[in-house]
Amino acid sequence: MSAGAAPPKLAVWKFASCDGCQLSLLDFEQELIALPDQIEVAYFLEATKGTIEGPYDLSLVEGSITTPADRERIREVRRQSARLVTIGACATSGGIQALRNFADVDDFISTVYAEPGYISTLEDSTAISANVPVDFELQGCPVDRHQLFEVISAFLNRRRPAIPSYSVCVECKRAGNVCVTVAHGTPCLGPVTQAGCGAICPSCDRGCYGCFGPAEAPNAPSLSRQLSGLGVEDVDIVRLYRTFHADREPFRSEGIAHER
Amino acid sequence: MRVLERKSLSPLLEALRRRGYEVIGPTVRDGAISYEPLSSADQLPVGVTDEQEGGTYRLAERDDGAVFGFNNGANSWKNHLFPPELSLWKGRRDEDGEIRFTEQEHRGGPYAFVGVRSCDLAAISIQDRVFIGDAYVNGDYESRRRDAFIVAVNCAEAGNTCFCASMDTGPRAGDGFDLALTELLDGGHRFLVEVGSERGEEVLAEVGSSPAEPRDVAAADAVSEDCASQMGRELETDGIKELLYRNVEHPRWDEVSERCLSCGNCTLVCPTCFCHSIDDATDLAGTESERVRRWDSCFGLEHSYVHGGSVRQSGKARYRQWMTHKLATWIDQFGSSGCVGCGRCITWCPVAIDITEEAAVIRATDRIEAVGINADD
Ligand code: SF4
Ligand code: SF4
Ligand code: SF4
Repeated sequence: MSAGAAPPKLAVWKFASCDGCQLSLLDFEQELIALPDQIEVAYFLEATKGTIEGPYDLSLVEGSITTPADRERIREVRRQSARLVTIGACATSGGIQALRNFADVDDFISTVYAEPGYISTLEDSTAISANVPVDFELQGCPVDRHQLFEVISAFLNRRRPAIPSYSVCVECKRAGNVCVTVAHGTPCLGPVTQAGCGAICPSCDRGCYGCFGPAEAPNAPSLSRQLSGLGVEDVDIVRLYRTFHADREPFRSEGIAHER
Repeated sequence: MRVLERKSLSPLLEALRRRGYEVIGPTVRDGAISYEPLSSADQLPVGVTDEQEGGTYRLAERDDGAVFGFNNGANSWKNHLFPPELSLWKGRRDEDGEIRFTEQEHRGGPYAFVGVRSCDLAAISIQDRVFIGDAYVNGDYESRRRDAFIVAVNCAEAGNTCFCASMDTGPRAGDGFDLALTELLDGGHRFLVEVGSERGEEVLAEVGSSPAEPRDVAAADAVSEDCASQMGRELETDGIKELLYRNVEHPRWDEVSERCLSCGNCTLVCPTCFCHSIDDATDLAGTESERVRRWDSCFGLEHSYVHGGSVRQSGKARYRQWMTHKLATWIDQFGSSGCVGCGRCITWCPVAIDITEEAAVIRATDRIEAVGINADD
């Protein structure tokens, strides 16, 4: 950055989500605020009341698009943002709320709300990238704070973020874990799930449940055959794929293939 | 040749420790045998065996009190000589704008590796060729490897996924060790010891051993012969390089790619795979940076990423890369096979893909005429 230039403006936006990813950012918010020459936290309602108008140099977007109003709002955010990075399962895949994409949303509305007439919602919960172009997607439910730090750091230092897109197995083996599937017969989504979490679940002797979403080249049909071989029923295979990234390929198709 | 009593195993580890070695050996961890730092001989997997098959590994008990009555560990010595993650240097931009680098000192070792099987000895010598056997020497590997004391153990039983006999790497250790033990259970629990170096001789002298009787030598020979006859797998290596080169478009690659998860487990457990990535990290202010080396795998898209994209886009291209490198291109690159027949890639593949089976199918349906590589399909 040339001397005297204004620092880049960071904005953080929330759509349909649980705020967990923003909390990962709050973990190192002090470090961001301590660098006023490097970055200006211009819009981050979870952290600061004050807001500074756009345009913004970097927008982090949490949450999925579930309402007509949000569909408009994300377009405005995109217009205001030089770089737009989506963070978390909701923003990158539609999130847990994308389970509704497999059912009739009107049924939910009439079951849940006393006055359904006030509800204005879309049929589907969709990833931000299904609505506007995005510059980078950071997967995870929630995102890993070190990875989020890396994305921001890469942006500020004008380099490519070092975010691996291979499987959890690579991290799991590096961590020195004994494979829970091979040695214990535990069903694990690690081979089709993107690294980034540090293989937390297999390190605690349980199978990966896919919260970091599909890896770069997942072969879900083969993993499903292996899961069946371990005795996992179809209904549970559907559940495995249909948690955090239910509507993201190939988890979406694999879930449908095992539905009866 | 000498004979070491069963009860002398603990003094042997003690003697190694006294000489300043960090002892690494087999122990039970998380339902598998793993090579880990040992503080006592009590941690050795006494009376434990492993049952390995494609995609499965289970521990079982054995009632003969054997100390090394199992086959290969879940990890390998590579985890210690070529650690999965290693900081190479840190950089700092000082107030005056000057950038200063601090090289990371490695803190491992010197190691004494206890229980190295013959196939793994061969794997170590293959990695020696890769890391220190050429004009460019990998300093970290060199410093870990240079002083490593090796106590080899000859296998008594072959595992279901073993095929060292095919690869000419076992089951009996030929050289490359300081001491080599053959565990003898009949007629008194003891070890036949072959001495491979002067320091091996010295260590053995500290522990105390007796001269081997002809019956001990004969018993050890019988153990190795028995083991060689029980190999769970077989791989025909005759002309394998040419076989794979002329079959780059064999339909079997498509078939295996239907099953292969591209998870990379086979490359990570393989004791000879050496691929790694070099990752740089910076802090937010751009004043501190760090370079870290991490195990990588040719099953990742990034591994073949060049300007414009990855060369090996398909699962077929990636599996073919792995197997062809292990069994064929390695020969052109380093003058030996890249596979020592340890069987780990078969056992630890979640979907039980078997390098010996894939090679056998291609051989059985050899297409004879050579065709060119089309890396993209
Ligand atoms: S290719 Fe498989 S059998 Fe051969 S050395 Fe590597 S892990 Fe062992
Ligand atoms: S098989 Fe793959 S990971 Fe192993 S050394 Fe060869 S290219 Fe590297
Ligand atoms: S051969 Fe097996 S272990 Fe290797 S990448 Fe394919 S599925 Fe994974």
